[in-house]
Amino acid sequence: MNVDSCPLNVNHYSLSNYVIQRTTNNKQPLNYDLFSIMHTPNEQLTTDNKQRPANEHTPPSAVGGLVSGGQWDQILKPSRGWQVVDWRELYRYRDLLYFLVLRGIKAKYAQSVLGVGWAIIQPLFTTLVFTVVFGNLAGISSDGVPYIIFSFAAMVPWNYFSGTLTEASNSLVANANMITKVYFPRIVLPLSAAFSKLLDFAIGMVVMVGFMVYYGFVPGWEILVLPLLILILLLCSLGLGMILSAMAVQYRDVKHAIAFMVQLLMYAAPVVYPASKVPDNYLFWYSLNPMVGVIEGFRSALLGTHPMPWDMVGIGAAVSIVLFVFGTFYFRKMEKVFADVA
Amino acid sequence: MSSVIQVQNLSKRYRIGLKEQRYDTFAQQLLATIKAPIQNFRQLRSMSKFGEDDESVFWALKDINFEVQQGEVLGIIGHNGAGKSTLLKILSRITEPTSGEVRIKGRIAALLEVGTGFHQDLTGRENIYMNGTILGMRKKEIDQKLDEIIDFSGVEKYVDTPVKFYSSGMKVRLGFAVAAHLEPEILLIDEVLAVGDIEFQRKCLGKMESLSQGHGRTLLFVSHNMAAIQSICQKTVVLSKGAIVYHGDIIEGVNIYNGIFSRKDEQSFYKDEAIFINESIDEQGVTEVESKDAFSIKMKIQNLPRSKYNFYLIFIDVAGNMVVHERIDNFQVSGNSTTIHFRIPVLWLRPGLYSYYFKLLSSELSVAKDRLLSETYTLRVTGEVDAPKLLGMLTPVIPYEIE
Repeated sequence: MNVDSCPLNVNHYSLSNYVIQRTTNNKQPLNYDLFSIMHTPNEQLTTDNKQRPANEHTPPSAVGGLVSGGQWDQILKPSRGWQVVDWRELYRYRDLLYFLVLRGIKAKYAQSVLGVGWAIIQPLFTTLVFTVVFGNLAGISSDGVPYIIFSFAAMVPWNYFSGTLTEASNSLVANANMITKVYFPRIVLPLSAAFSKLLDFAIGMVVMVGFMVYYGFVPGWEILVLPLLILILLLCSLGLGMILSAMAVQYRDVKHAIAFMVQLLMYAAPVVYPASKVPDNYLFWYSLNPMVGVIEGFRSALLGTHPMPWDMVGIGAAVSIVLFVFGTFYFRKMEKVFADVA
Repeated sequence: MSSVIQVQNLSKRYRIGLKEQRYDTFAQQLLATIKAPIQNFRQLRSMSKFGEDDESVFWALKDINFEVQQGEVLGIIGHNGAGKSTLLKILSRITEPTSGEVRIKGRIAALLEVGTGFHQDLTGRENIYMNGTILGMRKKEIDQKLDEIIDFSGVEKYVDTPVKFYSSGMKVRLGFAVAAHLEPEILLIDEVLAVGDIEFQRKCLGKMESLSQGHGRTLLFVSHNMAAIQSICQKTVVLSKGAIVYHGDIIEGVNIYNGIFSRKDEQSFYKDEAIFINESIDEQGVTEVESKDAFSIKMKIQNLPRSKYNFYLIFIDVAGNMVVHERIDNFQVSGNSTTIHFRIPVLWLRPGLYSYYFKLLSSELSVAKDRLLSETYTLRVTGEVDAPKLLGMLTPVIPYEIE
C-alpha cells in the first residue's frame, strides 16, 4: 500500500453516507441513500453508452469543425505579445475592487488606538522635522511662505505617491495566495492599493486646509487646476505601481529597492526645497519627474507662491500618461505568469 | 445535450528548480558569490521563459482532450502530481495553458480553496463580502443571500467578530457557506471537502447537488475520495502523469484508478508469459455478490514459470484500503495450467464497489522482485443496508438475545 492512501481512510466512511441526489435521472424519486444509488449504475451506464462509447475521445479536428467561435463564451488559449486591459471585465469586478479598497483601509487601522489618526501624525511630524532641519537650521528658502505650510503642501501629494508605490508594488506578492487560487482581473490589486491610499490623501488635504485657515491663505483661481493635478498624481502613481508590482512577482529585489528608493526620490522632487532653486538649464530634465509638476502645481494652487507652472505640469502630465499606458500593457503581459511564479 | 467545455490538445509546462551547484574551494565559492546576481537574474527570468526542452522542464499536462456535457457531473481522479489541479487551474483561468485550447460556455466558478481572501482583522460579515466578490459574485447578489449564508455557516453569533478569533472550523464553515451559494453554470471543485466536520460536509454537498439538479449545472469534481466521487459523479476522467488514461463510466474509472493505485510500486515480471483467466467475472469484468452470501472465485493460471509460489488474494475498497489480504504459502503448481478455487465465506462487506487481484511471489527464490500480478477485477457487493450500519466497513446481521 502506498502512503498516499492514509489520509483517505479518515474520510472514507464519513463521505460514503453523504446525503446525495443523483443527478442523471430526474424522474427517479429523490434518492438519499448512497447504496441504492450504487446498485443502479448498470442501467444508467447502458443509456450513457448508447449515446457515446465510454472510452472514445472525439477527435479534436472533428470538434473544431463543428463549432463556430461565436457559440462559446470563452476560449482559453496561450496569449501572445502585448494586450490591452479588458476594461469591460474590470468593470464587472468593480465590487471586488470596492471591497479590496475597504479591506485595505480597515485592515490597516484595525486594532490600533489612534486608528486613522496615524494618517495625520505621520506627515505632520515629518513636516515639523523638515521645518526645523531644512527651514530653520539650513535656512532653505520657501518661496516667501512659512516653511511648515510650504513643505506640508508638498508632503500631502508626495506621501500619496510614495505610499502607493510601496503598497502597490507589494500588492501582488502579498496576495499571492489569492492569485494562485482564484481568477479575477489581477489589475484590481494595484488599483485597490492606490485607491485605499486616497483616504490618507484626503485626510492630509483636510489638515492642509486647517493650515491654510490658520495662516490665512485664500487660494486664487489656480485652485481649479487641483483636480487635474490629482489626476496626474494618480496616473503616475498607478503607472509606476503597476510596473513595479508586475516586476516584484518575479524579482523580489523590487521590495528591497522600493524601501530606500522612495526616500532618495524625495530629493529628486521639490519637497524640502522650492523648484526655483534648480538651475534653468536643468529644468526640462528635472520636470520629467511628474512629481515636480504636481508638487509645484499644488503650491501654486493652494498657496499662490508663484503662477501655475504650466510647463512643468504639462511635461509631468505627458510622462504620467506614458507611464500609465505602458504600465497597463506591461502588467497585462506579465499577468499570465503571475500564478506560475508567485 | 450540448457540450459546455471542450478541451483540445491542452498542455501545460512548468519549470522546476534545478539543483544548485556546490563549490569545493573557498575561491570557487567566492567567485560564485560575486557572480550570483547574474546567475540569479538568468534563473529568475527563465521562470517564465522556455527554451528547448531541458531537464528543468516538467509537463504537468500533455495533450489532454475531453468534453463535458451540460449537466454532467464529472469526477477527475489521479494520484498526487497527475495534473488534476493544474487542469482545474487552467479551466478556471488562473493560469494559461502552454498550448492547446479550452472552450467554455457559461459562467464558470472554481472552488480551489475555502475562504480565499479572508482577512484576519475583518469581521465574518465583511469577509463574506470579500470572499464572495473574489469568487465572482456581485455585491447585490450577496446582499440578497447574506442571511441565508450566515444561517448556513452556523456562526450567526460571531458574524460581527473578526475572523482571527474564529476557530479554524468556523472559518472553514464560513468559507463554505459563501461557496455553497455561488450560482455558476459550471462549478469546479478541488479537494476542498476533506475539511470541515461530517455533518457540515454533507450539508454542502447536498446544497451543491440540489443546485446542479435544478438548473442543469455542470460540476467538475477533483477528489482522492473514491466514495465521494462515486456517489456524486456519473463519469470520470482518470489522469496519470499529465495524460488521460481513461475517460468514461465511473465504475470502470475507479477500478482503473485503484489498479494504478494499489500496484503503483509493484511490477509484474512474467506478465507476458503467465495467463490469468478469471472464471468468476461477467463480460464487464465484474464479479457480483450479495453481501450476506458466501461466494467463490475461480482462477485459472497458465504458463507459470516456476512451480512453487506464495499466493495472495487481495481485496481493496474504493478508498484504496486493503480489506482482505489472504496468503496461501507454498502453492504448488501442477502442470501447465492450474486452477484455484477460492470459497469465500460470508464477509458481510458493506454494499458497494471493491476491486481485487491476485499476486504470486516465488517461494523458491526469496527475491521480492520475482512477482506476478493478475489484472484488477471489480467486485460489486449488493444488498440492502440498514441506516444504523451505514458507517461500518462490514454490515453483519448480529444475532442477540437479552438475558
